[in-house]
Order: sequence, then C-alpha cells, then structure tokens
Amino acid sequence: MNGTIALFLAQDGIINGAIYALVGVTLVLVFAVTRVIFVPQGEFIAWAALTVAALEAGTVPGTAWLLLVLGIATAALEVVREGRRLTIRRVATMLGFDLALPAGLLLAVIWLAPLKLGLAFNAAMTLALLIPMGPLLYRLAFQPLADASVLVLLIASIGVHFALVGLGLVFFGAEGVRTTPLLSGTFPAGPLVVKWQSIGVLVVTVLVLIGLYAFFERTMMGKALRATAVNRLGARLVGIPVASTGRIAFALAAAIGAVSGILIGSLTTIYYDSGFLIGLKGFVAAIIAGLHSYPLTALAALLVGLLESYSAFFASAFKEVIVFSIILPVLIWRSLASGPHHDEDEEA
Amino acid sequence: MSGPILSVANLSVSYGRVEAVRNVSLEIAEGSIVTVIGANGAGKTTLMNAIMGVLPSTGDITLDGKLLGRSLVEERVNTGLCLVPEKRELFSTMSVEDNLRLGAYRFGSGAVADGFRDVFARFPRLEERRRQEAGTLSGGERQMLAMGRALMSKPRLLMLDEPSLGLAPLIVKEIFHIVTDLSKAGVSILVVEQNARAALQVADHAYVMELGAFTMNGPAAALAADKGVIESYLGLGGGKHN
Repeated sequence: MNGTIALFLAQDGIINGAIYALVGVTLVLVFAVTRVIFVPQGEFIAWAALTVAALEAGTVPGTAWLLLVLGIATAALEVVREGRRLTIRRVATMLGFDLALPAGLLLAVIWLAPLKLGLAFNAAMTLALLIPMGPLLYRLAFQPLADASVLVLLIASIGVHFALVGLGLVFFGAEGVRTTPLLSGTFPAGPLVVKWQSIGVLVVTVLVLIGLYAFFERTMMGKALRATAVNRLGARLVGIPVASTGRIAFALAAAIGAVSGILIGSLTTIYYDSGFLIGLKGFVAAIIAGLHSYPLTALAALLVGLLESYSAFFASAFKEVIVFSIILPVLIWRSLASGPHHDEDEEA
Repeated sequence: MSGPILSVANLSVSYGRVEAVRNVSLEIAEGSIVTVIGANGAGKTTLMNAIMGVLPSTGDITLDGKLLGRSLVEERVNTGLCLVPEKRELFSTMSVEDNLRLGAYRFGSGAVADGFRDVFARFPRLEERRRQEAGTLSGGERQMLAMGRALMSKPRLLMLDEPSLGLAPLIVKEIFHIVTDLSKAGVSILVVEQNARAALQVADHAYVMELGAFTMNGPAAALAADKGVIESYLGLGGGKHN
C-alpha cells in the first residue's frame, strides 16, 4: 500500500463513517427517548434511496403505497385497541394524519412523478413520504409497549425489521439502484479526486449533529424528550404529552434516515435490504459510545468507517467480521467497568 | 371566600376487582389547606392519582366549576392542577435547573426566568445546587426540588403526597412552613400524610380515610382534638415523637 491508496481508503472510510454516524446518533436518540433499540433505522435509508431512484425514473415509488398501507394499518389497529375511548379529536387526527395525508401524497406522486421535476423535488418528496413513516411505525409497534422492558422492545424492533425488509421486497423488488448525485462533479485535492457529493455528506452530517445538540441541550422540547426518557411519570406530571415524544423521536429518526438515504444513493448501489448492514454498523458505533453520547457515537462511527475501508483493502473477505468484532472488546470492557450493577439499566 | 376550587363527588377507583377508593366526596375551598390523613394503604395515594388523572376513576371531579371528565394528565396540568408524588419522580440524570425548567413546560421557555426567581426565593438551597444532577441530592433537597418543579407550573391547586416521608424532623418542619407560605400566597393545597400531627397543624380542614373511604371530616383543629383521631393517629404510637 502506498500513500495515495491510503489516502483513497481514508476518504472512503470517512464518507462511510459519516453515514454510520448519522445512523448511530439516530439510534442513540431513539433509545434515549423511547428505550427502543431501533434495528430498522437502516430501512429508512434504503427506502429513501430507492424512492429517489424511482422518482428519477419517473415512476411512482413503492414508499407512497407503503405509507398508505402503514396509515391504514395504524388507524385500524388503534380503533380496535382504543375502541370507545377514542375522542372526536383523536379520530379527526387519525383521519387526517393516517389516511388523508398518505392518500394525498400518493395522488400527488402519481400526478407529479412522470413529470420528472428534478433533484430538489425528488429529495423533498422523499422526505415527505418517509418522515410520516416514523411516527406511524412507533404507534403501530412500540407505543402499546411503552412501559415494557428494553429487551421486549428490542424483540419488537427485530420483528419490525423483518416485516419491513419483507415489505421492501414486495414494494421495491430485488433490483439495486444508484441515484444521480445531488452535487455532481469532482475536484482534485493533491493526489486525490474528491466528489462534491462526498463533501456534501460530511457537511450534512456535521449540520445534523450540531442541530441535534442544539435541540436537546437548548430547547424546551428537546429537554422534554430527554425527561420523558428519564422518568415517564415525572414527565406526565409536568404536563409533557409523553405519547407524542415517542412520535417526535421517530419522526426525527425517519427524517435523518431519509437524508442519509438521499445522500448515500449516489455513492453506492442500494437494494431493498441494504439498510440492515448500514444500520448494524451505525449500531456498532452507538454501542462503542455506550448508546449515550452523540459526539462519541460520531467519533466511533468514523472509526468504524475507516476500519471497514482499510480491512476491505487488506482482507476484503473478512471486512464485515473485522468491523463487527471490534464490538467484543468494547462490550467486555464495559461490563468489567460497570461491574455487577447492570441489571439496573432495565429500569432507567 | 369564593366557591370550592376542587370538588370531588362519589369518586371510586378500582384495581381490577379490588376497589381501592369507594364513593369518596371532598371539597377544597379556594386558598385553603386540606389534608387527608390515614394509615398506610388506606387509599390516599390512589385518591390523589385519580384526581390528577394518572389513574382512571368513576365519579365527578370538578376543578374551578369545570368537570374534568376523562381529560389527560397534561390537560389537567394546563388547568392548574399539580401533583408532587410520594416518590418525587424527578429527572434524576438532569440538572436541578433543567428539572425546574421542565416544570414550566406548559408555559414554554418564556416563563422560566420568572419561575426561577420565585422558586429560588422559597428554596435557596436549590439555587446553590442548580448545576448538580437531581439524582445526587439528599432526601430533603429532592422533596424541595419536586415542590419547586411543581411551583414552576404555577398551580392553582397543589397536591402533595406524603411530603414528609423519609425526612428528618427539622426538614419536615421546613417543608410544612413552606406549605403555609404557599397557601398565604393564594395556592390551594391538598396534602396527604401519615404524619397526621404535622398535617393537622397546618391544615384548615381534614378528612380521615380508612380502607378506601372517608370516615370522618371537619375543621383540622376539631379533628386534632377528637378522641378517636388522637387514639388512632396521634396517640401513643411513633407519632408522638414528631
């Protein structure tokens, strides 16, 4: 390996690391607010890339149908679950958010997609289609379990992941896609050729990180989300509508996932099930940081990205093994450092 | 004095088939301190949680002339009801300041500075500890923080569940002193206590609860002099040392 190759690998690693960082901080965010380890976060990324690709081809993306299906399923299940406890306001919200919004988006996409309105429209439409999926998934799968243990929530999360991968295959098919970059062109940097899109990925990642920090540390809503995670009853008693904090966290997750997907679509080929591996690598980063700290997660994600790209060069057959096995020493160190108290985590 | 700020009529709460509170009716005059005393397990905490909306109940709860019906906890907070629960339920990994700040959630961040001034004036100790994590506070400080957090929501009716529980006698005295001060500032107060002696000293009106129902009620001073109450709740037991 010479210096140029090393630099190339570093560039690759940093870009992938930035995407993993977006996944990792989202996992930390969702876990902090809802105690859900959100395994299906990667699905949002894959679906966003697939949606952009469909829109570029002028066809109606599967996500538009999927959103409608999720909306109907959520509304139906809630009617069954709540029955006579439903208020008129709740029913109105359900009609608007779960049925009218997805149906409206679907009609809009059927009408507008063949016109091929360009990059900005594709990105905006992808965000519009994916963000409502976050709260819908939360209400469908996790809200009824809000008081369950972390383990139960994890099992539900894995269930949701398998269901979504299956739905992804149905709605998108098995074909891989690559999208046009939002920022085209390259520029030389010493011996390297850097894509503007790569710079875009880095800038967006940093902006998202800063945004999250500001949201959780500086705003009442952000603090309310943290407080709900720390003490649900306490949060209810100060008047925080706790059911909506989970929905907000999942909407943020879907939004960050969609942004990552829009960014990554032009850098690598994405299939209906590509999300899982991306999500898992973000998860490794989040675990290294103890599912707790945003900046540490971002650093760990960078490390995962670099490790992956260098091991792809030296031992490409083992690249995933190497990436996933760095979690072992971390787990051992963490369990030694925290001693025999870790049963208490369940209650936190 | 105007009409009652809170009136509860025929309230019942069940856990499955067990009725923890049976047909309870209660009134709190605006600006007064009302106490519910009774033994452990009499249903006092259940009553408070039902009024707050944390537990579902049957019967009518009227706040300020408006029926609360099945409204949610957050809606009740917005109408000026606030509960300081027995276990305090603080945000233990967040700072004292953030705990207080979230108390003002219903007003948004605009009301925080004003609320801080009021709370720190009543609880100077909290100002000294404002950057500390809530989980590192002592028992008395935790109770102060829970009350301070409640005050940030500018409640019209403040409900205190066992505010003296687990606290040293000196701190209990301080807490009840603050309760009296709050009442003078126009806040109506409902306080549930096992420490009947302390509660009867500050209250205007008192109810005695046994096995989920009220067995007696009257002016606090009258109950404090009642033979039955003295025997059961103020008598020769541990209460005497308080």
